[in-house]
Amino acid sequence: MEHKDYKSVGKAYRKKDSMQLLLGKPVYVDDITPDNALVVKILRSPHANAIVKNINTDIAKKIPGIVDIYTWEDVPKNRFAIAGQTYPEPSPYDRLILDRHVRFAGDAVAIIAAEEEKAALKALKLIKVEYEVLEPVLDFRTAKDNTVLVHPEDDWFAPCAVGGDPKRNLVASDTDVHGDIDAVMNDCDIVLERTYHTKAYQQAMMETFRTYTSLDRYGRLHVISSSQIVFHVRRILSHALNIPKSRIRVEKPRIGGGFGAKQTAVCEMYPAFVTLKTGRPAKIIYTREESQIAASPRHEMEITVKLGANNDGTIRALDLYTLSNSGAYGEHGPTTVGLSGHKSIPLYTGNLEAHRFSYDVVYTNHQAAGAYRGYGATQGIFAVESIVNELSEKLGMDPTAIRDKNMVREGMVMDAYYGEKANACALDKCMEHCKKIFDWDKKYPVRDMGNGKVRSAGVAMAMQGSSISNVDVGSAMIKLGENGTYNLTIGAADMGTGCDTILAQMAAECMECSLDDVSVFGADTDVSPYDSGSYASSTTYLTGKAVEMACDDLKKQICTIGAEMMDCDTEDVVFEGNKVSTADGKKSVSITDIAYKTQVNSKYTGIGVASHTSPVSPPPFMVGMVEIELDKYTGKVDIIDYMAVVDCGIPVNPALARIQAEGGIVQGIGHTLMENVTYNAEGKPIESSFMQYKIPTRLDMGSLKVEFENSYEPTGPFGAKSIGEIVINTPGPAIAHAIYRATGKWYRELPITPEKIAMDLIKDM
Amino acid sequence: MEIQITLNNRTIKSNIEPDCLLIDWVREHGCYSVKRGCETSNCGLCTVLLDGKPVLSCSMLAVRANGHNVQTLEGLQEEAKDFVEFIADQGADQCGFCNPGFVMNTISLLRENPNPTDDEIRAYLSGNLCRCSGYEGQLRGIRNYLNSKNK
Repeated sequence: MEHKDYKSVGKAYRKKDSMQLLLGKPVYVDDITPDNALVVKILRSPHANAIVKNINTDIAKKIPGIVDIYTWEDVPKNRFAIAGQTYPEPSPYDRLILDRHVRFAGDAVAIIAAEEEKAALKALKLIKVEYEVLEPVLDFRTAKDNTVLVHPEDDWFAPCAVGGDPKRNLVASDTDVHGDIDAVMNDCDIVLERTYHTKAYQQAMMETFRTYTSLDRYGRLHVISSSQIVFHVRRILSHALNIPKSRIRVEKPRIGGGFGAKQTAVCEMYPAFVTLKTGRPAKIIYTREESQIAASPRHEMEITVKLGANNDGTIRALDLYTLSNSGAYGEHGPTTVGLSGHKSIPLYTGNLEAHRFSYDVVYTNHQAAGAYRGYGATQGIFAVESIVNELSEKLGMDPTAIRDKNMVREGMVMDAYYGEKANACALDKCMEHCKKIFDWDKKYPVRDMGNGKVRSAGVAMAMQGSSISNVDVGSAMIKLGENGTYNLTIGAADMGTGCDTILAQMAAECMECSLDDVSVFGADTDVSPYDSGSYASSTTYLTGKAVEMACDDLKKQICTIGAEMMDCDTEDVVFEGNKVSTADGKKSVSITDIAYKTQVNSKYTGIGVASHTSPVSPPPFMVGMVEIELDKYTGKVDIIDYMAVVDCGIPVNPALARIQAEGGIVQGIGHTLMENVTYNAEGKPIESSFMQYKIPTRLDMGSLKVEFENSYEPTGPFGAKSIGEIVINTPGPAIAHAIYRATGKWYRELPITPEKIAMDLIKDM
Repeated sequence: MEIQITLNNRTIKSNIEPDCLLIDWVREHGCYSVKRGCETSNCGLCTVLLDGKPVLSCSMLAVRANGHNVQTLEGLQEEAKDFVEFIADQGADQCGFCNPGFVMNTISLLRENPNPTDDEIRAYLSGNLCRCSGYEGQLRGIRNYLNSKNK
């Protein structure tokens, strides 16, 4: 679709906070909050499933510097959810601030408030707890209808009907069918059925979870937290603490990475509870260990895919069953699983006659899972893209050709994606483009490099969404300042992604001013207009549109004021950025004079406000290709090149879009080759530090190349869709494909470590 | 115990607990650029210069810096400014939490080796983790800086 040239949108501006960040200025929670706050530490359960029979804090409380210690007896008894979701949340209300029943090794047992950290650490050791240790549920395949219940309590409550039943260890369950799946499957020349397994990866953002709380000058609870979801945190704390939302203010400073981890209120309730109890400022800083063992990682999923095709490669039917491990609590359990089918199956809309997608989400005594970039789509796409690669190898067809034949194209209605039409889809161009820059035809054939080393290539496609349709709300407020500049206030959270900057680019485009003339502030529940928050790939698409609408609102006001000043009708004036002129061009007033007019004898606010929601969630699309070198003696896989072409609509800031893609690809490489979350036989987590949980360094990612194929999304701001999440989805299936090419073995469980490959190859030798 | 450290050219005498870590000491003295990312000397975020050499301040007792020179990014603003603009141009600063450690180690790299190859850059900085950027943008930024300097 043709569109006009933009002045600010589509330009690779630096982030507005770049120099502050790069020069190490104090902008994060722990830098900007007072050091004399009470130190809050959590005593955590060593057992995966246990009842606190007795807890004695008397000795610990005698340590000098201990202010107080709280146990399950001290906290409110109403259950709530800590998932950052729109109310009523699909996630079950299955938590207490402290529960007598602890459900994973790492679950909170007591809250310690101390004058200094050393006292708190000493107290951790001196609290005496007597546990009744229960048998844990550690294998998610045996969780459903297990005799051991993770949530036997009677006050478990689901605000939404999502098919959960705690008496069966079920968080959610559902089936979605389109067409006569069994008949189509029976009619296919070839039917493949495979099971894939992805793990509970940690977001491993560099800044761990952290929150500061105090009582403000009105006695309200003031929360400064590293959070993607300030408005949801306000509501969650109100539920958890039993106090009105009006008594809570939540703001976020700069955030040291989130990737979805901070879409759950993991730690906010602890210092908030301490501040309410003591009246004093309190601060909790999670250690890396806590961020590894008691956080909000990806949902482990096992996905069984059945694919029906004809011998010519026509994919006619897809049948998915996903088993998702929500861990000890249900945060994001009912929703992540949906994406495993709804954002994988539609990739093959081309010839698909029928599909079925069913799932169970189960409780286990693992650390509770949550939101992680990709949010279920990553898991589903690993399964679907892998089985399509298996099909192409089986049929002896080029895997890019089989995709060309079956992929979704612009204008198609995607039955597996809520019947939405692909209004903007350049997936076909992404494939063609990626093949060219990657030199697919040359790199796809396996090449023996000598010394036991083999080079091979793999491919995968991906999609995601842009916001949650009919649910998410994006908002923006733009205020005219007296020198003709603007303040843009948002409730979305820039967690390093650069959304403050790209939203300002949109405002500058609308107000026909320079980017420097737009200041951005976000996010603060007392100040910002309501926004669901930054998750679900919603900010560019939804909040961006709200910015456009708020600017329209303000421009109308500016024109009205200008018209009054020139003594003519509003219809007779035009907005020209730095001035408002009469249509004949004979008279004009400057934006500065209009701004000053709002401050004298004025009935105008000089503020434009808008909220936006969308009935659709337009998918971005992407193709990723990888070349690896595999050492047959050691099983080591080196990434040589990873190339990707993304269709995110119109990239609002191509530099930031590219970094999103590169960062997502490297996270995906980590999940595929090295990152793992495992538990010992008693259910204790193994990877409790970066010593054991290895994320990619710059020696592990080869060289990256990301380019774009633009489409124009008619419902998005300036044609934009989303980019933040889709980018993590291709490495799993593409690398597994390349490893198959090099070894002749399909690895259907991640991560694919050198040990696994070497041990398999030894058998062949 | 009493120690004396020259922090960013200012000599500071201070009374510390024997187990005080250098990272906590420099933050207590206003150097908030120094970040703790892992506690196990795996991430590189807490990098400071000790007598000009990069060290991990989370894994070093403050007392070991007694009588030495410690520099943090607060003290190297001018030297950093030159090249970080090129990182900003790539958008590779992202969340920024790893930036100070990365910048400190890059300064050290460029002092030791003013014209590193891409592989030398990757190797020298391999202890500096970044979860946002995917590293490639940081490499492009450093490369562009070197190219601009060599013009």
